[in-house]
Amino acid sequence: MNIRKASTHIIATALIAGSLAGASTAFAADSQFIGSLVYRTGPYAPGGIPWADGFADYINLLNERDGGINGVKLSLEECDTAYNTDKGVECYERLKNKGSTGMPAVMPLSTGITYALLDRVVADKIPLITSGYGRADAADGRIFPYVFVPPATYWGGADIAINYVASQEGGYGKLKGKKIALVYHDSAYGKEPIRTLEALASEHGFKFSKFPVPHPGLEQKATWLKIGRQLRPDYVLMWGWGVMNATAIKEAAAVGFPRDKFIGVWWSGNDADMIPAGKAAKGYKSLQFNGVGSDFGVHQQIKNELYAKGKGSAKSAEQTGEVAYNRGLQSALILTEALQAAMNHYGNKPVTGEQVAWALDRLSITEDRLKEIGADGLFDPIELSCVDHLGKGRAKVTQWDGKQWKAISDWISPNSKMLRAMYEASAAQYAKEKGITPRPCG
Amino acid sequence: MRIERDVMYIFIATLFLMVAIPWVTGQLSEEIFFEWPFFFEVAIGGLLAGVMYSLVALGFVLIFKASGVFNFAQGAMVLFSALTLVGLNELGLPMWLAIVMTLVVMLILAVVIERVVLRPLVNQEHIILFMATIGITYFLDGFGQTIWGSEVKILDLGIPSEPGFYFDGKILINDFDLIAALIAGVLVITLALFFQYTRIGRALRAVADDHQAALSVGIPLKHIWVIVWAVAGIVALVAGIMWGSKLGVQFSLALIALKALPVLILGGFTSVPGAIVGGLIIGAGEKIAEVFIAPLIGGGIEDWFAYMLALAFLVFRPQGLFGEKIIERV
Repeated sequence: MNIRKASTHIIATALIAGSLAGASTAFAADSQFIGSLVYRTGPYAPGGIPWADGFADYINLLNERDGGINGVKLSLEECDTAYNTDKGVECYERLKNKGSTGMPAVMPLSTGITYALLDRVVADKIPLITSGYGRADAADGRIFPYVFVPPATYWGGADIAINYVASQEGGYGKLKGKKIALVYHDSAYGKEPIRTLEALASEHGFKFSKFPVPHPGLEQKATWLKIGRQLRPDYVLMWGWGVMNATAIKEAAAVGFPRDKFIGVWWSGNDADMIPAGKAAKGYKSLQFNGVGSDFGVHQQIKNELYAKGKGSAKSAEQTGEVAYNRGLQSALILTEALQAAMNHYGNKPVTGEQVAWALDRLSITEDRLKEIGADGLFDPIELSCVDHLGKGRAKVTQWDGKQWKAISDWISPNSKMLRAMYEASAAQYAKEKGITPRPCG
Repeated sequence: MRIERDVMYIFIATLFLMVAIPWVTGQLSEEIFFEWPFFFEVAIGGLLAGVMYSLVALGFVLIFKASGVFNFAQGAMVLFSALTLVGLNELGLPMWLAIVMTLVVMLILAVVIERVVLRPLVNQEHIILFMATIGITYFLDGFGQTIWGSEVKILDLGIPSEPGFYFDGKILINDFDLIAALIAGVLVITLALFFQYTRIGRALRAVADDHQAALSVGIPLKHIWVIVWAVAGIVALVAGIMWGSKLGVQFSLALIALKALPVLILGGFTSVPGAIVGGLIIGAGEKIAEVFIAPLIGGGIEDWFAYMLALAFLVFRPQGLFGEKIIERV
């Protein structure tokens, strides 16, 4: 075959492929597009993969079992950010106009990407949902109309951790004179709880010490010699990330710090963080804004509808109870409940970001609704409003038994009065810097 | 090995400062707790950690000696070897066989790198070879994860992670650190002897000085490169096993290359003993700084302090402590 003939063949094939792709896009026009920013590659993939699987499984479950939402099929497209901010922004730009109505909401799964998108989502009228990360002060919906932070914030997490410590010690009155240390990833994320913990230390009289760990946290011997051999605190809290978590737990074991006095935030409580820490992780505790395990109705449905038919996203059905998987499931649930509310109001057809923001402003996922879904006990009910973009902000304390997480507390409420004042003060400062006029919320 | 006089002076000054600065800060600030047993615990912990850094640094040194190229891919080789080892073990191979098979894989990798990447670049500028190693890094990172997956994997050597033993009743020494340091020490001594007393060692130095000249006196450049990359692969595997059993086998293992850089700057890029001494100084120095200086400036200085320490050494020894002094006559 000469070159000209070969070129003709290639061009013809490309044209046919192009027309087929066009046909499939036309077919997808009646479906609701969902863009999912995930990190299945890169240094943080061990935590990102189960999240992405949980998210995809719930969307696929709705498609398989119910034919989508209100008869509208869901069309999911993932974009891998590798937990990289510039790639995250690129993914957002690539996905935002896809489908007949564009991306209805974005869940960037990274505080860095969240900050990079704050202005863009307002311009594009696409809601930004940051579950358990991002800006805590976005709980004030008057100043952040397109940012939603259910079910919890870092500031609330810090307050819940101290609440739990107080309950272990016999009440807040017993905290006076105690020593509580914070080991944190030396980044904007890791520093998030400091203000809250300092305020709580001065209120309850405990001594608060901070120990930053530079990224990526592969080596923490000196930090743990200071903590375990010198300061010897009563409790250690951790705001860690990636490999830093397992290393901290191993170093805590090496200096003999008791793991049951060591409490991490939810991002320091993935199964993937515990596995490399091995036996050293036994007894370690972590906050979680979702339940643990797979003994819930929704997992059973996923197993029956997807895994039994070879359509599951994770490698095996056993991985469906991992903490990060459940977190992905919860994010998908928040999004799809908002999509349904928007369709109920605007009609059963694909909805726009602006319409989903309207639905999120009045999102109500009640206990009864969770029962219907098969997720009661797995997730806390969520009630949002124009003013409140957070909800109750509760979390549980869980403990690693060497093989899996076990819930050891009920949902713990943060001190909402104190935190709400902090959110509003911080949001007002942001509004002043950006020249934002708070929207009226009736 | 003859130690030059200025190196001796630098050593003595370093030792003095490593003891004197913590003692002074301990006297001046209430925030800093200074007691001799605690100081020694920190210093010993740092020295043991330093041996682990040396382990990674060695791989860089070997390839730099052979080709004058900074092998950007050494961290990726550590990750790739550890992923292969655990992957083969998970497939059902006993650990000893998985180690042997991984060594074979690393040897094949060395041959492939020589054939595909290095051979076409003989006598090219060093920067070209350096860029080629960046390519190898990305390839190995992606290829390793494509084959073995991105999930975190356990590598359990059965070494206890709980507190080890107390020396003199007061100084805590960790079992894992001690065993890792012993393994690294044995490897380092073997390599130092191998390159000091064998024909390959001498050929290696000749190749490092000038590819063309080495070829002209009959040194088989291709073979030397394959041998060196294979040995660097073995070093990567040992580093991968030790670091992987500490951190779990995951993508982050590739980042340990960052811990080896200050060691190389300080010890010199061409010296095996330099990698060892550099590792010890960086390990002890960064730990002492983090514990006895960091509280004065807010903490978290461990990582950048290591680089600062290395740069301070460069002021007095631009070629690194044991690096070769290059004199170019014009």
